Amino acid sequence: MQYNAKVMDHFANPRNVGEFPDADGVGEVGNPACGDIMKMSIKVRDNVIVDVKFKTFGCGAAIATSSISTEMIKGKTLDEALKLTNKAVAEALDGLPPAKMHCSVLAEEAIEAAIDDYLRKTTGKGLEKKKHHAHDEHHGH
Amino acid sequence: MTKIYMDNASGTPMHPKVTEAMLPFFTEGFGNPSNLHQFGRSASDAIQSARGQVAHLIHAKPAEIIFTSSGTESNNFALKGLLAAHKKKGNHIITSQIEHFSVLNPLKSLEKSGHEITYLPVDKYGMVNPDDVKKAIKTTTALVSIMYANGEIGTIEPMKEIGVITKEKGVLFHTDAVAATGNIPIDVSGVHIDALSMSANQFSGPPGVGALYLREGVRILPFMEGGVQEGGRRAGTENIIGIVGMGKAAELALAEMTQRMDKVQNLKNQLRDGIEKNIPHVYINGHPTNRLPGNLSLCIEYIEGESVLLFLDMQGIAISSGSACTSRSLKASHVIMATGVDAALAQGTVLFSLGIDNSEDDVKYVLEKLPPIVERLRQMSPLYSQKK
Repeated sequence: MQYNAKVMDHFANPRNVGEFPDADGVGEVGNPACGDIMKMSIKVRDNVIVDVKFKTFGCGAAIATSSISTEMIKGKTLDEALKLTNKAVAEALDGLPPAKMHCSVLAEEAIEAAIDDYLRKTTGKGLEKKKHHAHDEHHGH
Repeated sequence: MTKIYMDNASGTPMHPKVTEAMLPFFTEGFGNPSNLHQFGRSASDAIQSARGQVAHLIHAKPAEIIFTSSGTESNNFALKGLLAAHKKKGNHIITSQIEHFSVLNPLKSLEKSGHEITYLPVDKYGMVNPDDVKKAIKTTTALVSIMYANGEIGTIEPMKEIGVITKEKGVLFHTDAVAATGNIPIDVSGVHIDALSMSANQFSGPPGVGALYLREGVRILPFMEGGVQEGGRRAGTENIIGIVGMGKAAELALAEMTQRMDKVQNLKNQLRDGIEKNIPHVYINGHPTNRLPGNLSLCIEYIEGESVLLFLDMQGIAISSGSACTSRSLKASHVIMATGVDAALAQGTVLFSLGIDNSEDDVKYVLEKLPPIVERLRQMSPLYSQKK
Protein backbone atom coordinates (compact mmCIF):
# COMPACT_ATOMS: atom_id res chain seq x y z
CA MET A 1 0.00 0.00 0.00
CA GLN A 2 1.46 3.34 -1.05
CA TYR A 3 0.07 6.87 -1.13
CA ASN A 4 0.34 8.97 -4.27
CA ALA A 5 2.01 12.40 -4.42
CA LYS A 6 -1.24 14.36 -4.07
CA VAL A 7 -2.31 12.45 -0.97
CA MET A 8 1.14 12.98 0.54
CA ASP A 9 0.99 16.71 -0.28
CA HIS A 10 -2.35 17.12 1.52
CA PHE A 11 -1.08 14.99 4.41
CA ALA A 12 2.20 16.87 4.81
CA ASN A 13 0.72 20.33 4.13
CA PRO A 14 -2.89 20.07 5.22
CA ARG A 15 -5.11 23.03 4.29
CA ASN A 16 -7.56 24.65 6.71
CA VAL A 17 -6.53 22.96 9.94
CA GLY A 18 -8.22 24.19 13.09
CA GLU A 19 -11.54 25.25 14.58
CA PHE A 20 -13.56 28.48 14.87
CA PRO A 21 -14.47 29.73 18.33
CA ASP A 22 -17.68 31.01 16.72
CA ALA A 23 -18.42 28.26 14.22
CA ASP A 24 -21.88 28.22 12.66
CA GLY A 25 -21.90 24.46 12.38
CA VAL A 26 -19.72 21.66 13.75
CA GLY A 27 -19.80 18.00 12.76
CA GLU A 28 -17.77 15.23 14.30
CA VAL A 29 -17.87 11.70 12.92
CA GLY A 30 -16.02 8.42 13.34
CA ASN A 31 -14.84 6.69 16.47
CA PRO A 32 -11.50 5.67 17.87
CA ALA A 33 -12.18 1.94 17.49
CA CYS A 34 -12.42 2.48 13.74
CA GLY A 35 -9.24 4.48 13.69
CA ASP A 36 -10.42 7.91 12.57
CA ILE A 37 -12.26 10.89 14.00
CA MET A 38 -12.98 13.87 11.81
CA LYS A 39 -14.29 17.22 13.04
CA MET A 40 -15.47 19.83 10.52
CA SER A 41 -16.32 23.40 11.49
CA ILE A 42 -18.06 25.71 9.03
CA LYS A 43 -18.92 29.40 8.79
CA VAL A 44 -22.02 30.15 6.73
CA ARG A 45 -23.22 33.43 5.17
CA ASP A 46 -26.30 33.58 2.95
CA ASN A 47 -26.39 29.83 2.54
CA VAL A 48 -22.75 29.74 1.43
CA ILE A 49 -19.89 28.05 3.28
CA VAL A 50 -17.55 31.01 3.53
CA ASP A 51 -14.94 29.27 5.63
CA VAL A 52 -14.19 25.78 6.87
CA LYS A 53 -11.65 24.19 9.17
CA PHE A 54 -10.98 20.63 10.26
CA LYS A 55 -9.33 18.60 12.96
CA THR A 56 -8.62 14.94 12.38
CA PHE A 57 -7.37 12.04 14.44
CA GLY A 58 -6.32 9.45 11.95
CA CYS A 59 -4.01 8.05 9.35
CA GLY A 60 -2.42 9.77 6.36
CA ALA A 61 -5.47 9.22 4.17
CA ALA A 62 -7.82 10.58 6.83
CA ILE A 63 -5.82 13.80 7.12
CA ALA A 64 -5.48 14.15 3.33
CA THR A 65 -9.20 13.61 2.66
CA SER A 66 -10.12 16.10 5.40
CA SER A 67 -7.79 18.66 3.88
CA ILE A 68 -8.94 18.34 0.28
CA SER A 69 -12.62 18.22 1.16
CA THR A 70 -12.34 21.56 2.99
CA GLU A 71 -10.94 23.02 -0.26
CA MET A 72 -13.76 21.43 -2.24
CA ILE A 73 -16.61 22.92 -0.19
CA LYS A 74 -15.22 26.36 0.57
CA GLY A 75 -17.32 28.96 -1.28
CA LYS A 76 -20.00 26.41 -2.13
CA THR A 77 -23.67 26.67 -1.19
CA LEU A 78 -24.93 24.22 1.42
CA ASP A 79 -26.77 22.27 -1.27
CA GLU A 80 -23.66 22.05 -3.42
CA ALA A 81 -21.58 20.94 -0.44
CA LEU A 82 -24.09 18.23 0.39
CA LYS A 83 -23.71 16.83 -3.11
CA LEU A 84 -20.02 16.12 -2.52
CA THR A 85 -19.51 12.38 -2.65
CA ASN A 86 -16.75 10.31 -1.17
CA LYS A 87 -15.93 9.19 -4.69
CA ALA A 88 -15.35 12.81 -5.76
CA VAL A 89 -13.09 13.36 -2.73
CA ALA A 90 -11.05 10.27 -3.57
CA GLU A 91 -10.85 11.27 -7.24
CA ALA A 92 -9.68 14.77 -6.32
CA LEU A 93 -6.78 13.09 -4.51
CA ASP A 94 -5.95 11.08 -7.65
CA GLY A 95 -7.15 7.97 -5.87
CA LEU A 96 -6.74 6.28 -2.50
CA PRO A 97 -5.50 2.76 -1.68
CA PRO A 98 -8.57 0.46 -1.51
CA ALA A 99 -8.13 -0.14 2.23
CA LYS A 100 -8.34 3.63 2.78
CA MET A 101 -11.54 4.38 0.88
CA HIS A 102 -13.45 4.54 4.15
CA CYS A 103 -11.57 7.74 4.97
CA SER A 104 -13.25 9.52 2.07
CA VAL A 105 -16.63 8.35 3.36
CA LEU A 106 -15.77 9.90 6.69
CA ALA A 107 -15.01 13.27 5.05
CA GLU A 108 -18.37 13.25 3.27
CA GLU A 109 -20.12 12.43 6.53
CA ALA A 110 -18.27 15.10 8.49
CA ILE A 111 -19.41 17.79 6.04
CA GLU A 112 -22.97 16.51 6.22
CA ALA A 113 -22.85 16.50 10.02
CA ALA A 114 -21.56 20.09 10.11
CA ILE A 115 -24.32 21.28 7.79
CA ASP A 116 -26.90 19.35 9.80
CA ASP A 117 -25.65 21.07 12.95
CA TYR A 118 -25.83 24.48 11.27
CA LEU A 119 -29.43 23.86 10.13
CA ARG A 120 -30.47 22.68 13.57
CA LYS A 121 -29.05 25.82 15.15
CA THR A 122 -30.61 28.20 12.62
CA THR A 123 -33.90 26.56 11.68
CA GLY A 124 -34.41 24.22 14.61
CA LYS A 125 -34.59 21.40 12.15
CA GLY A 126 -31.73 19.29 10.79
CA LEU A 127 -31.34 17.60 7.44
CA GLU A 128 -34.49 15.76 6.44
CA LYS A 129 -32.87 12.67 5.22
CA LYS A 130 -29.28 11.94 5.99
CA LYS A 131 -27.34 9.98 3.46
CA HIS A 132 -26.77 6.59 4.92
CA HIS A 133 -23.38 5.03 4.88
CA ALA A 134 -22.89 1.60 6.30
CA HIS A 135 -19.32 2.49 7.12
CA ASP A 136 -19.30 0.24 10.10
CA GLU A 137 -19.39 -2.58 7.61
CA HIS A 138 -16.36 -1.14 5.88
CA HIS A 139 -14.66 -1.42 9.19
CA GLY A 140 -15.53 -5.02 9.61
CA HIS A 141 -17.26 -4.88 12.95
CA MET B 1 19.41 11.97 2.62
CA THR B 2 19.34 10.66 6.17
CA LYS B 3 18.57 6.97 6.37
CA ILE B 4 17.85 5.61 9.80
CA TYR B 5 16.41 2.13 10.01
CA MET B 6 14.54 1.32 13.20
CA ASP B 7 12.22 -1.30 11.76
CA ASN B 8 14.31 -4.39 12.46
CA ALA B 9 11.19 -6.28 13.60
CA SER B 10 10.10 -6.22 9.95
CA GLY B 11 13.45 -7.55 8.80
CA THR B 12 17.08 -6.87 9.60
CA PRO B 13 19.73 -5.55 7.21
CA MET B 14 22.10 -8.33 6.14
CA HIS B 15 25.42 -8.45 7.95
CA PRO B 16 28.31 -7.79 5.52
CA LYS B 17 29.93 -11.08 6.57
CA VAL B 18 26.69 -12.88 5.70
CA THR B 19 26.70 -11.33 2.23
CA GLU B 20 30.35 -12.27 1.86
CA ALA B 21 29.63 -15.89 2.80
CA MET B 22 26.78 -16.07 0.31
CA LEU B 23 28.50 -14.46 -2.66
CA PRO B 24 30.52 -17.46 -3.92
CA PHE B 25 27.33 -19.53 -4.03
CA PHE B 26 25.77 -17.25 -6.60
CA THR B 27 28.35 -18.51 -9.08
CA GLU B 28 29.52 -21.85 -7.68
CA GLY B 29 26.51 -23.01 -5.76
CA PHE B 30 24.47 -24.33 -8.63
CA GLY B 31 25.05 -27.99 -7.77
CA ASN B 32 22.00 -29.92 -6.65
CA PRO B 33 22.76 -31.25 -3.18
CA SER B 34 20.88 -34.46 -3.99
CA ASN B 35 23.47 -35.40 -6.63
CA LEU B 36 26.50 -37.59 -5.96
CA HIS B 37 28.97 -35.74 -8.18
CA GLN B 38 31.39 -33.09 -6.95
CA PHE B 39 28.99 -30.20 -7.63
CA GLY B 40 26.25 -31.92 -5.65
CA ARG B 41 28.68 -32.79 -2.87
CA SER B 42 29.93 -29.26 -2.44
CA ALA B 43 26.37 -27.92 -2.24
CA SER B 44 25.44 -30.67 0.18
CA ASP B 45 28.48 -29.90 2.34
CA ALA B 46 27.53 -26.22 2.46
CA ILE B 47 24.02 -27.06 3.63
CA GLN B 48 25.27 -29.46 6.28
CA SER B 49 27.64 -26.83 7.56
CA ALA B 50 24.82 -24.26 7.75
CA ARG B 51 22.62 -26.83 9.48
CA GLY B 52 25.30 -27.19 12.14
CA GLN B 53 25.56 -23.41 12.57
CA VAL B 54 21.80 -22.97 12.99
CA ALA B 55 21.59 -25.95 15.35
CA HIS B 56 24.41 -24.53 17.44
CA LEU B 57 22.59 -21.19 17.82
CA ILE B 58 19.76 -22.84 19.74
CA HIS B 59 21.77 -25.73 21.21
CA ALA B 60 20.07 -28.34 19.05
CA LYS B 61 21.47 -31.25 17.03
CA PRO B 62 22.03 -30.64 13.31
CA ALA B 63 19.57 -33.41 12.39
CA GLU B 64 16.88 -31.49 14.28
CA ILE B 65 17.02 -28.54 11.87
CA ILE B 66 14.81 -28.48 8.76
CA PHE B 67 15.33 -25.58 6.38
CA THR B 68 12.24 -23.84 5.02
CA SER B 69 11.47 -20.72 2.99
CA SER B 70 10.43 -18.49 5.91
CA GLY B 71 9.19 -18.24 9.47
CA THR B 72 5.68 -18.35 8.03
CA GLU B 73 6.34 -21.67 6.33
CA SER B 74 7.89 -23.03 9.51
CA ASN B 75 4.78 -22.09 11.50
CA ASN B 76 2.41 -23.58 8.92
CA PHE B 77 4.54 -26.71 8.68
CA ALA B 78 4.75 -27.18 12.45
CA LEU B 79 1.07 -26.66 13.16
CA LYS B 80 -0.37 -28.63 10.27
CA GLY B 81 2.37 -31.24 10.13
CA LEU B 82 2.39 -32.03 13.84
CA LEU B 83 -1.39 -32.27 14.11
CA ALA B 84 -1.60 -34.49 11.04
CA ALA B 85 1.05 -36.83 12.44
CA HIS B 86 -0.48 -36.96 15.90
CA LYS B 87 -4.20 -37.31 15.19
CA LYS B 88 -4.52 -39.90 17.92
CA LYS B 89 -3.58 -37.35 20.57
CA GLY B 90 -6.73 -35.36 19.80
CA ASN B 91 -7.96 -32.29 17.97
CA HIS B 92 -7.54 -29.58 20.60
CA ILE B 93 -4.92 -26.85 20.26
CA ILE B 94 -3.97 -24.20 22.83
CA THR B 95 -2.50 -20.92 21.68
CA SER B 96 -2.48 -17.26 22.75
CA GLN B 97 -4.38 -14.20 21.55
CA ILE B 98 -1.16 -12.44 20.57
CA GLU B 99 0.30 -14.86 18.04
CA HIS B 100 1.52 -13.76 14.62
CA PHE B 101 -0.86 -14.14 11.67
CA SER B 102 1.27 -17.01 10.39
CA VAL B 103 0.08 -18.95 13.44
CA LEU B 104 -3.42 -17.52 13.81
CA ASN B 105 -4.46 -18.01 10.19
CA PRO B 106 -3.33 -21.66 9.87
CA LEU B 107 -5.18 -22.25 13.15
CA LYS B 108 -8.31 -20.71 11.63
CA SER B 109 -8.03 -23.20 8.77
CA LEU B 110 -7.55 -26.03 11.24
CA GLU B 111 -10.62 -24.86 13.12
CA LYS B 112 -12.65 -25.12 9.92
CA SER B 113 -11.42 -28.66 9.41
CA GLY B 114 -12.66 -29.79 12.81
CA HIS B 115 -10.02 -28.74 15.32
CA GLU B 116 -10.86 -26.96 18.51
CA ILE B 117 -8.71 -23.96 19.42
CA THR B 118 -8.33 -22.27 22.80
CA TYR B 119 -6.95 -18.73 22.61
CA LEU B 120 -5.41 -17.87 25.96
CA PRO B 121 -5.54 -14.26 27.13
CA VAL B 122 -2.44 -12.33 28.20
CA ASP B 123 -1.89 -9.89 31.05
CA LYS B 124 -1.30 -6.15 30.57
CA TYR B 125 2.33 -6.86 29.69
CA GLY B 126 1.39 -9.39 27.05
CA MET B 127 2.41 -12.39 29.19
CA VAL B 128 0.75 -15.76 28.98
CA ASN B 129 0.17 -17.31 32.40
CA PRO B 130 1.58 -20.88 32.48
CA ASP B 131 -1.23 -21.84 34.89
CA ASP B 132 -3.72 -20.94 32.17
CA VAL B 133 -1.93 -23.36 29.85
CA LYS B 134 -2.10 -26.06 32.49
CA LYS B 135 -5.81 -25.48 33.11
CA ALA B 136 -6.65 -25.44 29.41
CA ILE B 137 -5.06 -28.83 28.71
CA LYS B 138 -7.64 -31.61 28.40
CA THR B 139 -7.60 -35.21 27.22
CA THR B 140 -8.08 -34.15 23.59
CA THR B 141 -5.26 -31.58 23.62
CA ALA B 142 -2.65 -32.42 21.00
CA LEU B 143 -0.61 -29.25 20.78
CA VAL B 144 0.30 -26.04 22.58
CA SER B 145 1.63 -23.23 20.38
CA ILE B 146 2.83 -20.13 22.23
CA MET B 147 5.28 -17.68 20.75
CA TYR B 148 8.76 -17.32 22.26
CA ALA B 149 8.66 -13.53 22.14
CA ASN B 150 6.24 -11.09 20.61
CA GLY B 151 7.79 -8.98 17.87
CA GLU B 152 5.21 -6.23 18.21
CA ILE B 153 5.50 -5.48 21.93
CA GLY B 154 8.72 -7.34 22.76
CA THR B 155 7.44 -9.46 25.65
CA ILE B 156 9.25 -12.78 26.17
CA GLU B 157 6.88 -15.60 27.12
CA PRO B 158 7.54 -18.13 29.93
CA MET B 159 8.91 -20.92 27.70
CA LYS B 160 10.53 -22.97 30.42
CA GLU B 161 7.39 -23.15 32.56
CA ILE B 162 5.17 -24.02 29.61
CA GLY B 163 7.67 -26.66 28.49
CA VAL B 164 7.56 -28.32 31.91
CA ILE B 165 3.76 -28.46 31.77
CA THR B 166 3.48 -29.81 28.21
CA LYS B 167 6.15 -32.44 28.90
CA GLU B 168 4.38 -33.60 32.04
CA LYS B 169 1.02 -33.74 30.26
CA GLY B 170 2.40 -35.44 27.16
CA VAL B 171 1.28 -32.62 24.86
CA LEU B 172 3.35 -31.31 21.95
CA PHE B 173 4.82 -27.82 22.35
CA HIS B 174 5.52 -25.60 19.34
CA THR B 175 6.84 -22.06 19.62
CA ASP B 176 7.03 -19.32 17.02
CA ALA B 177 10.50 -18.03 17.85
CA VAL B 178 10.86 -15.87 14.75
CA ALA B 179 11.22 -12.62 16.72
CA ALA B 180 13.42 -14.21 19.37
CA THR B 181 15.92 -16.39 17.52
CA GLY B 182 19.34 -14.80 17.17
CA ASN B 183 18.29 -11.84 19.32
CA ILE B 184 18.17 -13.51 22.72
CA PRO B 185 19.76 -16.78 23.92
CA ILE B 186 17.68 -19.88 23.18
CA ASP B 187 18.60 -23.30 24.51
CA VAL B 188 16.35 -26.18 23.48
CA SER B 189 18.55 -28.58 25.44
CA GLY B 190 17.42 -26.91 28.66
CA VAL B 191 13.85 -25.97 27.74
CA HIS B 192 11.44 -28.65 26.62
CA ILE B 193 10.26 -27.47 23.20
CA ASP B 194 9.21 -29.95 20.51
CA ALA B 195 9.18 -27.57 17.55
CA LEU B 196 10.53 -24.05 17.10
CA SER B 197 10.14 -21.73 14.09
CA MET B 198 12.80 -19.26 13.02
CA SER B 199 13.58 -16.87 10.20
CA ALA B 200 17.01 -15.74 8.98
CA ASN B 201 16.14 -12.12 8.26
CA GLN B 202 15.32 -11.50 11.90
CA PHE B 203 19.01 -11.87 12.80
CA SER B 204 20.96 -10.25 9.97
CA GLY B 205 20.50 -13.12 7.54
CA PRO B 206 18.78 -13.00 4.15
CA PRO B 207 15.02 -12.98 3.61
CA GLY B 208 13.42 -16.03 2.01
CA VAL B 209 14.95 -18.63 4.30
CA GLY B 210 13.83 -20.00 7.63
CA ALA B 211 14.06 -23.18 9.62
CA LEU B 212 12.06 -25.42 11.86
CA TYR B 213 13.70 -27.10 14.81
CA LEU B 214 12.03 -30.44 15.44
CA ARG B 215 13.02 -32.38 18.53
CA GLU B 216 14.60 -35.73 17.71
CA GLY B 217 11.97 -38.47 17.63
CA VAL B 218 8.98 -36.13 17.12
CA ARG B 219 6.99 -37.17 14.07
CA ILE B 220 5.74 -34.66 11.54
CA LEU B 221 3.93 -34.98 8.22
CA PRO B 222 5.59 -33.09 5.35
CA PHE B 223 3.96 -29.85 4.30
CA MET B 224 5.79 -29.71 0.98
CA GLU B 225 5.68 -33.08 -0.73
CA GLY B 226 8.04 -34.24 -3.45
CA GLY B 227 11.62 -35.41 -3.14
CA VAL B 228 13.46 -36.56 -0.05
CA GLN B 229 15.26 -33.32 0.77
CA GLU B 230 15.65 -32.39 4.45
CA GLY B 231 15.35 -35.99 5.54
CA GLY B 232 12.10 -36.42 3.61
CA ARG B 233 10.44 -33.78 5.75
CA ARG B 234 10.56 -30.83 3.37
CA ALA B 235 10.69 -31.48 -0.34
CA GLY B 236 12.12 -29.09 -2.90
CA THR B 237 15.63 -28.28 -4.06
CA GLU B 238 17.30 -26.36 -1.28
CA ASN B 239 17.82 -22.60 -1.42
CA ILE B 240 21.57 -23.05 -1.02
CA ILE B 241 22.52 -19.37 -1.17
CA GLY B 242 19.92 -18.47 1.44
CA ILE B 243 20.75 -21.41 3.67
CA VAL B 244 24.46 -20.55 3.63
CA GLY B 245 23.50 -16.98 4.62
CA MET B 246 21.29 -18.21 7.44
CA GLY B 247 24.09 -20.41 8.72
CA LYS B 248 26.59 -17.56 8.76
CA ALA B 249 24.06 -15.24 10.39
CA ALA B 250 23.43 -17.86 13.08
CA GLU B 251 27.17 -18.28 13.73
CA LEU B 252 27.64 -14.51 14.08
CA ALA B 253 24.55 -14.08 16.26
CA LEU B 254 25.76 -16.74 18.67
CA ALA B 255 29.33 -15.40 18.79
CA GLU B 256 28.24 -11.80 19.32
CA MET B 257 25.05 -12.39 21.31
CA THR B 258 26.00 -10.64 24.55
CA GLN B 259 27.65 -7.61 22.99
CA ARG B 260 24.80 -7.18 20.51
CA MET B 261 22.17 -7.42 23.24
CA ASP B 262 24.02 -4.90 25.40
CA LYS B 263 24.46 -2.45 22.57
CA VAL B 264 20.90 -2.62 21.26
CA GLN B 265 19.35 -2.54 24.71
CA ASN B 266 21.45 0.45 25.72
CA LEU B 267 20.36 2.39 22.61
CA LYS B 268 16.75 1.36 23.13
CA ASN B 269 16.89 2.61 26.73
CA GLN B 270 18.33 5.95 25.61
CA LEU B 271 15.53 6.32 23.09
CA ARG B 272 12.88 5.31 25.61
CA ASP B 273 14.17 7.67 28.30
CA GLY B 274 14.44 10.54 25.82
CA ILE B 275 10.90 10.04 24.56
CA GLU B 276 9.47 9.74 28.06
CA LYS B 277 11.28 12.91 29.10
CA ASN B 278 10.28 15.00 26.09
CA ILE B 279 6.82 13.79 25.13
CA PRO B 280 3.95 13.69 27.62
CA HIS B 281 1.13 11.12 27.42
CA VAL B 282 3.25 8.29 26.06
CA TYR B 283 2.84 4.72 27.28
CA ILE B 284 5.27 1.82 26.81
CA ASN B 285 3.80 -1.47 25.61
CA GLY B 286 5.00 -4.89 26.70
CA HIS B 287 6.85 -6.16 29.72
CA PRO B 288 9.06 -3.60 31.52
CA THR B 289 12.09 -5.89 31.79
CA ASN B 290 11.39 -9.30 30.29
CA ARG B 291 11.52 -8.21 26.67
CA LEU B 292 13.45 -8.27 23.40
CA PRO B 293 16.44 -5.92 23.68
CA GLY B 294 15.70 -3.77 20.60
CA ASN B 295 11.93 -3.48 20.93
CA LEU B 296 10.38 -0.16 21.91
CA SER B 297 6.63 -0.19 21.37
CA LEU B 298 4.77 2.94 22.41
CA CYS B 299 1.24 4.25 22.46
CA ILE B 300 1.30 7.98 21.78
CA GLU B 301 -1.97 9.36 23.07
CA TYR B 302 -4.31 11.57 20.97
CA ILE B 303 -2.70 10.74 17.62
CA GLU B 304 -2.59 7.88 15.18
CA GLY B 305 0.48 5.76 14.49
CA GLU B 306 0.54 5.80 10.71
CA SER B 307 0.71 9.61 10.64
CA VAL B 308 3.76 9.46 12.89
CA LEU B 309 5.33 6.83 10.64
CA LEU B 310 4.77 8.98 7.52
CA PHE B 311 6.20 12.16 9.07
CA LEU B 312 9.22 10.28 10.43
CA ASP B 313 9.74 8.75 6.99
CA MET B 314 9.94 12.27 5.54
CA GLN B 315 12.83 12.83 7.95
CA GLY B 316 14.53 9.61 6.81
CA ILE B 317 13.52 7.52 9.81
CA ALA B 318 11.87 4.13 9.20
CA ILE B 319 9.62 2.63 11.88
CA SER B 320 6.42 0.56 12.05
CA SER B 321 2.99 1.54 13.23
CA GLY B 322 0.79 -1.01 14.87
CA SER B 323 -2.31 0.98 14.15
CA ALA B 324 -5.51 0.08 12.38
CA CYS B 325 -4.42 1.51 9.11
CA THR B 326 -1.56 -0.91 8.60
CA SER B 327 -3.84 -3.89 8.46
CA ARG B 328 -6.65 -4.59 6.07
CA SER B 329 -9.08 -5.13 8.90
CA LEU B 330 -8.64 -1.47 9.94
CA LYS B 331 -8.80 -2.53 13.54
CA ALA B 332 -6.12 -1.80 16.05
CA SER B 333 -3.48 -4.49 16.44
CA HIS B 334 -4.86 -7.64 18.05
CA VAL B 335 -1.71 -7.79 20.16
CA ILE B 336 -2.08 -4.32 21.66
CA MET B 337 -5.82 -4.86 22.17
CA ALA B 338 -5.15 -8.17 23.96
CA THR B 339 -3.06 -6.31 26.53
CA GLY B 340 -6.16 -4.31 27.41
CA VAL B 341 -5.14 -0.95 25.92
CA ASP B 342 -8.06 1.39 25.17
CA ALA B 343 -9.09 1.44 21.49
CA ALA B 344 -8.21 5.10 20.85
CA LEU B 345 -4.86 4.79 22.58
CA ALA B 346 -4.10 1.60 20.64
CA GLN B 347 -4.43 3.57 17.38
CA GLY B 348 -1.42 5.58 18.48
CA THR B 349 0.91 2.61 18.54
CA VAL B 350 4.34 3.00 17.02
CA LEU B 351 7.15 0.47 17.05
CA PHE B 352 10.82 1.38 17.08
CA SER B 353 12.78 -1.84 16.66
CA LEU B 354 16.47 -1.12 16.99
CA GLY B 355 19.21 -3.27 15.57
CA ILE B 356 22.93 -3.80 15.63
CA ASP B 357 23.53 -1.15 12.96
CA ASN B 358 21.95 1.67 14.97
CA SER B 359 24.11 4.26 16.72
CA GLU B 360 23.78 6.90 19.44
CA ASP B 361 23.61 9.50 16.68
CA ASP B 362 20.57 7.72 15.27
CA VAL B 363 18.88 7.90 18.67
CA LYS B 364 19.72 11.60 19.04
CA TYR B 365 18.35 12.33 15.60
CA VAL B 366 15.08 10.55 16.34
CA LEU B 367 14.78 12.37 19.67
CA GLU B 368 15.21 15.65 17.85
CA LYS B 369 12.63 14.90 15.11
CA LEU B 370 9.92 13.03 16.98
CA PRO B 371 8.61 15.58 19.54
CA PRO B 372 7.66 18.30 16.99
CA ILE B 373 5.92 15.69 14.83
CA VAL B 374 3.88 14.49 17.78
CA GLU B 375 3.03 18.07 18.76
CA ARG B 376 1.98 18.96 15.21
CA LEU B 377 -0.30 15.92 14.94
CA ARG B 378 -1.76 16.63 18.37
CA GLN B 379 -2.57 20.20 17.32
CA MET B 380 -4.48 18.63 14.43
CA SER B 381 -6.31 16.10 16.61
CA PRO B 382 -9.86 16.71 17.89
CA LEU B 383 -9.11 14.34 20.78
CA TYR B 384 -6.26 16.56 21.98
CA SER B 385 -8.31 19.79 21.96
CA GLN B 386 -11.17 18.08 23.80
CA LYS B 387 -8.77 16.88 26.46
CA LYS B 388 -7.53 20.40 27.19
